[in-house]
Amino acid sequence: MRVLLSMLAGSLFGAGLLISGMTDTTKVQGWLDVFGNWDPTLAFVMGGAILPMLIAWRMTAHRRPLTGGQFPKMSPPELDRRLIIGSVMFGMGWGLSGLCPGPAIASITYGGLGGIVFLAAMITGMFAAPGLGAQLDRSANAA
Amino acid sequence: MYIEWIWGLAGGLLIGLGAAVYLLGNGRIMGASGILGGLVDGSDRTLERLSFFAGVVATPLVLRSLLSSAPMTHLTDNFAVIVIAGVLVGAGTRIANGCTSGHGVCGISRFSARGIIATLIYIGAGGATIALMRHVWGLI
Repeated sequence: MRVLLSMLAGSLFGAGLLISGMTDTTKVQGWLDVFGNWDPTLAFVMGGAILPMLIAWRMTAHRRPLTGGQFPKMSPPELDRRLIIGSVMFGMGWGLSGLCPGPAIASITYGGLGGIVFLAAMITGMFAAPGLGAQLDRSANAA
Repeated sequence: MYIEWIWGLAGGLLIGLGAAVYLLGNGRIMGASGILGGLVDGSDRTLERLSFFAGVVATPLVLRSLLSSAPMTHLTDNFAVIVIAGVLVGAGTRIANGCTSGHGVCGISRFSARGIIATLIYIGAGGATIALMRHVWGLI
């Protein structure tokens, strides 16, 4: 059941990424390019995606997930170095390429060699992340 | 122009619906970097993660074959940029514990302070990167 629900969620996610134009890097870079030919499409995508989730979060009250267990707890509103530096790194890579993790995977069958190299580099970065994160924590403690 | 915004809104609704299925069904946050990162780290629920990505890859593949003008990625052909960007996206999203789907879609809709702040930071960093690399240095 959980595996089928995952596949359903992934299918909707992939279809949405394609239809919305978010696997087209020119549209994503167009959104970030406020000094160029600015493209507001991403705001519509984000808004459209947030709507069902506003309802979904409300539905989590006094309920359990369909397949059992607990809903994820909200993290305390702490601003740590990992959140800030990690998000800066992600934003830089996102701006450079116009790809974030979802679209990078969704477009793997039609993104050519560049798309495959990007995904491989992204996975390499994910392998390196625990070590880099630990280094950030150490420098935080030293400061 | 307007038609692209409507497609954006329609696609966005599908993305949100997927996230709602994942949350209400499996009790998990639908974040692409977290689901993939769990595979990289060898965390639990491997089959769920793999079946999620099977769906993510399959529907665009099928939909593209049905569309008269199939969308393209228009990714740069500068492989140095691709590799640097890929490593930054992979490492950054794992260090920050989320990307556009997890912090953005799932975090903002929950009014999570961390999700909202992360989203503001990565959009700001992305905008600054484009401004510098495209308009100041003319590199991309």
